[in-house]
Amino acid sequence: MILDSKTPDGPLAEKWDRYRADSKLIGPGNKRKFKVIVVGTGLAGSSAAATLSELGFQVDVFTFHDSPRRAHSVAAQGGINAAKNYQGDGDSTWRLFYDTIKGGDFRSREANVYRLAQVSTQIIDQCVAQGVPFAREYGGLLQNRSFGGALVSRTFYARGQTGQQLLLGAYSALNRQVGLGKVNLHTHAEMLDVIMHGGTACGIVTRDLRKGAMTSHFADAVVLCTGGYSNVFFLSTNAAGCNATAIWRAHKQGAAFANPCFTQIHPTCIPPAGDFQSKLTLMSESLRNDGRVWVPKQPGDKRAPGDIPEEDRDYYLERKYPAFGNLAPRDISSRSAKEVCDEGRGVGPGGLGVYLDFSDSIDRLGESTIRERYGNLFHMYERITAENPYQVPMRIYPAPHYTMGGLWVDYELMTTIPGLFALGEANFSDHGANRLGASALMQGLADGYFVLPATICNYLNSKPAINAEAAKESGRATEAQVKARLQKILAIKGSTPVERLHRDLGNIVWEACGMSRSGKDLPQAINDIRDLKQRFWETAAVTGHAGDLNMTLEKAGRVADLIELGELMCRDALTREESCGAHFRVEHQTADGEAVRNDQDFCHVAAWEHTGDDTEPNRLVEELEFESVNLAVRSYK
Amino acid sequence: MKFTLHIWRQPSNSDSGNFETREIDGITPEMSFLEMLDQVNMQLTGGGEPEVAFEHDCREGICGTCSLVINGVPHGPEWGATTCQTYMRSFEDGSEIWIEPYRAKAFPITKDLIVDRSAFDRIQQAGGFVSANTGSAPDANAIPIAKAVAEQAMDSAACIGCGACVAACSNASASLFVAAKVTHLATLPQGDPERRARVQKMIAQMDAEMFGSCSNHGECEAVCPKNISVSVIAQMNREYLRSVATSDT
Repeated sequence: MILDSKTPDGPLAEKWDRYRADSKLIGPGNKRKFKVIVVGTGLAGSSAAATLSELGFQVDVFTFHDSPRRAHSVAAQGGINAAKNYQGDGDSTWRLFYDTIKGGDFRSREANVYRLAQVSTQIIDQCVAQGVPFAREYGGLLQNRSFGGALVSRTFYARGQTGQQLLLGAYSALNRQVGLGKVNLHTHAEMLDVIMHGGTACGIVTRDLRKGAMTSHFADAVVLCTGGYSNVFFLSTNAAGCNATAIWRAHKQGAAFANPCFTQIHPTCIPPAGDFQSKLTLMSESLRNDGRVWVPKQPGDKRAPGDIPEEDRDYYLERKYPAFGNLAPRDISSRSAKEVCDEGRGVGPGGLGVYLDFSDSIDRLGESTIRERYGNLFHMYERITAENPYQVPMRIYPAPHYTMGGLWVDYELMTTIPGLFALGEANFSDHGANRLGASALMQGLADGYFVLPATICNYLNSKPAINAEAAKESGRATEAQVKARLQKILAIKGSTPVERLHRDLGNIVWEACGMSRSGKDLPQAINDIRDLKQRFWETAAVTGHAGDLNMTLEKAGRVADLIELGELMCRDALTREESCGAHFRVEHQTADGEAVRNDQDFCHVAAWEHTGDDTEPNRLVEELEFESVNLAVRSYK
Repeated sequence: MKFTLHIWRQPSNSDSGNFETREIDGITPEMSFLEMLDQVNMQLTGGGEPEVAFEHDCREGICGTCSLVINGVPHGPEWGATTCQTYMRSFEDGSEIWIEPYRAKAFPITKDLIVDRSAFDRIQQAGGFVSANTGSAPDANAIPIAKAVAEQAMDSAACIGCGACVAACSNASASLFVAAKVTHLATLPQGDPERRARVQKMIAQMDAEMFGSCSNHGECEAVCPKNISVSVIAQMNREYLRSVATSDT
């Protein structure tokens, strides 16, 4: 397998325009002859489905939720970046591009990131036209806030519910197409495999989660917009339903999986309260605009935060990174929090927490201003912890949040399987080894509204003709395999709850492949995950049957896939002998604990090719060429 | 903490249902209500019994998936919170808790505590949008919108589509849900060109889905996890009257 990024020639700033100028269009009369399947209805999926339909393609869209509006993009809080430079503070397409590629620690593809920065401004225009109620200044113009990893104010937001409002915008665009009868919407439909024929993707197999029925669906192209895989860690900021089954099934059918070890730990989440905990709740990173992060200087200082005088507090981000201070990027902030907790200076139950203190901002700006900016976040915090953050500092701790890794895609967002595309968090393309805040929403919508609709024509124009009967035959075979797997899970009849197995997986991966990784721990973790896989297939408790609504069966199928993906994450982390972005190998650090990148040997994308259930995967390499930026040592000091 | 749970069990819409009583122990005040139900389900599946079917996803009060009626109140006792944001510290140790699905003709029961809320999507498909094809938009700052107007639009746009308003209403009316979207888009200049057609289409679809009329009781606002004000219903009624009274729809 060869990884050809298909990056267009020419200067960086002209590549996207040249690509569009050179690509072959499909006439309006011919577009309706092509059918596209879109899986997932988050920002990427809803925007792609709506736009493809507006252009005239036949679109079938699938979600495992009861409504497209439930996709987990809905939970993004802080905002969406765009290089509008409405604040006149020196922003530009170049600066957003550079911040993103530097934030990703120079492990992403220049051309993709530049394109992202270019289309960012159109996204804001589009969303405003849909009626997304972004925050405004008194004069009626759009307001911006700052986010980690940037020195300009370029983040657009709708209170602490930006993801919800952007998703409802994309959902409304999708609804319009459904209402017009141009998009077929399939709810409660979980994709369980890709149908392949002649080496290309020609459809998917889905299971109706309400009735258990299995169906094959065929199309000219399949677009996966199924999100990330942070639920490998069990405890993460993801929704309970988030899973990797669609991308993992695609991987097993031949799609290379890129940089699986690049997973982001978000610095500002509410710390766990006990062993029963089912998820971790994120507090938007935007809080770091006005909150100061600190811990006591002395380990074991049990005084109430208000009783600890200034001279006994360590504002460690401001101390270590004076230029960016509390707005240091996520990976650096998370690792710093772990360091101070490892030193015994953590606060709250189990010493797993640091303070995020708003008292200075409340003194400076007044409580009403803080309430206006973050009211709903403060309210959410108080609801969960029963503590009032206007009076006592919040306690926060890092939690698995976003996965930069995902299916490998070329410049056209096509995976290594012809006809199979991956958008949004499901692909690997734009964030390198670390994603900056407010960039996930930007990428999801860029891919869905603007990139895929322009790139898919190239494939559709040149795609091989597929015999419909032969494709159906492939569909029947795939469907039979999917059914057999479900029956195999139901036949285990063990007594270990699937949730228990999932928690065990999370513990293994969190310890060995979380905030820091080592050549010593990772091989052990791989062995432990293999044991766990065996334990799953021998002891999992899965009741009921496949022809009915069966939540345990759904969960079991997803956990089985997450177990395999967890192993690949550890394998990737073990092979990448460097520290970059969110991937911190303890062997590769400076004397004062900063990451040491190895551009000599690892300035590349590692994409894994599945070779069989019992054989080792192949590690493929896409060299990253930087024509426009220097590979700088990332410094936020 | 320990509780006596009365949980609604119903295999499918065509079967009849009943309350099943279970004791649960070892619950802590920090647990969320859904984490308590997770414990129940772990016990059930570990013992080879079918679990209680209930819907949930984000568990942070924004996706609108969770949907229970707890002790007679949609989303339970906490004000302005979803079921997933309800914590066991809100319940008295040793008490009985009654857990039911939403009950409304337009929300048929699928299984146990799960109902079918697809009627909500169909109402949105009828008109809950601004027709603006991708790529056609002017610059985002081309139309200034007063801060107060944007905030007002945001207040009603905050609806998460959970359906608690329907479950709380004695008429099982979807007025609060529909009015929230009508108000959001009617408040903004972007929604203005289609505002008259929109309100008519959405209300027609709401009626077709067999939701009842507004009861004027205001229980919808009382249970809304996003505190959407019942005043949006008045706004919707004004929009509707204006729409039918003028001819240029």
